[in-house]
Amino acid sequence: MIRDITIGQYYPAESPVHRLDPRVKLGATVIYIVSLFLFESFAAYAVAALFLAAVIKLSKVPFKFMVRGLKSIMILMMITVLFNLFLTPGNTVLQIWRLQITDEGIFKAIFMAIRLTLLILGSTVMTLTTTPNNLTDGLEKALRPLKKLHVPVFEISMIMSIALRFIPILLDETDKIMKAQTARGADFEHGNLIQRAKNMVPLLVPLFISAFRRANDLALAMESRCYRGGEGRTKMKPLIYKKADYAGYAIAFGYLAVLILVGNLIKV
Amino acid sequence: MGIIKAIKLAYEYKKYDDEGKVESTIRAVDGVDLDVKKGDFVAILGHNGSGKSTLAKHLNALLVPTDGTLYVDGKDTRQEENLWDVRKAAGMVFQNPDNQIIGSIVEEDVGFGPENMGVPTEQIWERVEESLRCVGMWEYRNASPNKLSGGQKQRVAIAGVVAMHPKCIVLDEPTAMLDPSGRREVIRTVRALNQVEEVTVILITHYMEEVVYADKVFVMDQGKVVMQGTPREVFSQVETLKKYRLDVPQATLLAYELKKAGLDLPDGILSREELVDELCQLKSKI
Repeated sequence: MIRDITIGQYYPAESPVHRLDPRVKLGATVIYIVSLFLFESFAAYAVAALFLAAVIKLSKVPFKFMVRGLKSIMILMMITVLFNLFLTPGNTVLQIWRLQITDEGIFKAIFMAIRLTLLILGSTVMTLTTTPNNLTDGLEKALRPLKKLHVPVFEISMIMSIALRFIPILLDETDKIMKAQTARGADFEHGNLIQRAKNMVPLLVPLFISAFRRANDLALAMESRCYRGGEGRTKMKPLIYKKADYAGYAIAFGYLAVLILVGNLIKV
Repeated sequence: MGIIKAIKLAYEYKKYDDEGKVESTIRAVDGVDLDVKKGDFVAILGHNGSGKSTLAKHLNALLVPTDGTLYVDGKDTRQEENLWDVRKAAGMVFQNPDNQIIGSIVEEDVGFGPENMGVPTEQIWERVEESLRCVGMWEYRNASPNKLSGGQKQRVAIAGVVAMHPKCIVLDEPTAMLDPSGRREVIRTVRALNQVEEVTVILITHYMEEVVYADKVFVMDQGKVVMQGTPREVFSQVETLKKYRLDVPQATLLAYELKKAGLDLPDGILSREELVDELCQLKSKI
């Protein structure tokens, strides 16, 4: 059952969005998220939704994959909507016992729901169309200026990609240990929450020990292959901007311009 | 001087008690002399705890000798400034295939070493293709290492070392965690590397069948080299090997027992084919 967990929900397909440089996708996602907070009007959200729909269409990822990402934040969304609905001061429209719904609140709640939905969908497009490795590469390059502030950007991205590589291995191991402990009478499925948490100890201790052992082995293997940090290292797959990538940036900024224009002109 | 030369090499592990004082020292490697010529296939045999893995880590400068000196490609491993040259000259393959693959795609892992060495991008791709073809894993270049079998993973690890163009490859029990077919795959790859690419190979193992093809065999026990010679010379001394808790290949053992029972067989028969030949000759004489 534990093997069903998938991390990095990449959806492989051949599309212009997939081929874009990860930095473009990161940048565009940031622009998109910022744009959602610029205006509170139906016209602006319509522009944002249209733009997103076009990108999704272009990415060839089936829409149901996108919606999957939404399910996980359903509860969070409900809470936000309810709080906005009931706790915004303004002209009371409806009063139920001591809770009151105001016209301001209704608008706020609707806007919040739209904003969250678009925000999650927007970032899902990025994770669905970029491999985890590409993403870490992109992050490394995009955050390179931080090196001047002595942030170990290269090391952080190395840690991320190694973590990604070891997730399936450690999941496998967890599965094995679980079976071994179950065979010895451990119970992972019954009891209340606290009991179950306690029962996890015989699972976690061996898992941690083995993870440390693996880390030690891996460090040796990396050192023996001349690893010495980012200094003097070349890239097998360097990130180089192509024409399509500049077009990607242009489209993202074009969208931002249109949104600002529409947001300022139509205040509905 | 050979590609690897050890003079009275020794290494001590220190055991500390709870207060951080040295409780005891264990001499894992004790006065080892080694001279490996370029292009050789050398096997180092030994039981668990015989110091063979400790010795292997010295060849890659992961450990530096407590006593004595070790030259790899003419460079003293104890000198800090030689570290990267030593590691470039002597590549290392470890026991656990999962714990030495860094990339999440086969080709990225093979490229890891050359990337670290600062090889230009186009050359990295050339090296990756050449070394993956060399171990017969080119078809799997885009696969995830998690989806490969143990033998395949170990071949990827070997390709990762080959891509660094080392003069010598040290394999530290590369087959210990593999099934018999994976073991054959790996040994075949290693032999091909040695014969076709003429890379010096140092194979550390406790499987006797794997050392039959070696040019020279060293047997270690308690940190010392106790026997050395060609496989034939070493395997002819079945009694001595048993003393060091090592088994000889099955064919050799059978020949040894037959000889003890009175058959006129030569010492140090290595393979089944050889044994069959000798037995047929004996039969024709009768």
